[in-house]
Amino acid sequence: MRWFWVDRFTEFVSGSHACGYKNVTLAEEALDEYCPGYPMLPPTLIIEGMAQMGGILVSEHFNFDKHVVLAKIGKAKFHQPARCGDRLNFSVKLDAVQDLGATVTCLSHTGDTLQAEINLMFAFLEEGRFTKGPLFNPGMLRDMLRMMNFFHVAVDLDGNAIPEYTNI
Amino acid sequence: MGLSQDEIFEKVQDALIDALGADDDEVNRGATLVGDLGAESIDFLDIVFKLEKSFDININREELAPEDILTNGDYVKDGVVTANGMAELKRRMPWADMGEFEQNPRVQDFGNLLTVGDLCNYVGSKIGGES
Repeated sequence: MRWFWVDRFTEFVSGSHACGYKNVTLAEEALDEYCPGYPMLPPTLIIEGMAQMGGILVSEHFNFDKHVVLAKIGKAKFHQPARCGDRLNFSVKLDAVQDLGATVTCLSHTGDTLQAEINLMFAFLEEGRFTKGPLFNPGMLRDMLRMMNFFHVAVDLDGNAIPEYTNI
Repeated sequence: MGLSQDEIFEKVQDALIDALGADDDEVNRGATLVGDLGAESIDFLDIVFKLEKSFDININREELAPEDILTNGDYVKDGVVTANGMAELKRRMPWADMGEFEQNPRVQDFGNLLTVGDLCNYVGSKIGGES
């Protein structure tokens, strides 16, 4: 099943923040029937896009070894709808990390206008709890990251390219 | 940090209102986090994050949720905390009021022990210890 709600990473600094964008197009199935006559990207899918970006930021911080899942959506404010032809510029910042979870702050802009602001909390599933083994099939996460331009931009805090992870 | 008890309570209250979606009149010192405010396990993680940020402290999960004691065969027998277990709990959590729990210390009831007041006492002890 296709479930990509981020088109491209434009910036990624391990343990710090990530930027990217999602283009909103009428060709997407989710748009034209959500609000008939006024196609817009459902806010829930904007949250999903930010969660994908934030989840990757959190997961990479732990070398993709932890089972990172979205646990809680904090404040989610939407200032304007995401309409066809818009480009949603996402920016995600890693706020806090504990041994059981992490929080991120996410912003979405269309141009210079703030479109949405969302706080997300991720939890780390213990091995064997709800799932055995990795959350993704072998190679699936790596392929997804490749398609999103992740490896072209991802660096560590010193500006060096992140290592090649063999576990994803 | 030099915060008064009232200032600590206000900040704890804000954190709980944020994390649990509770009303401010629900979040009083006597309210239990689980029973009265409906906190679930995932909410405790959120509360920890918010308190750490609000008070600039580090919170060790075991200090608020002593699962290692409650699952230790030396401290729990047949679902009831032993005298040694109670002593260990009090040592780990001196800021918590365990009077009521001690009357019938069933492990299954421990989750509902923590009150807003206990949380304020805990934060106060952390601030005092780190200042």
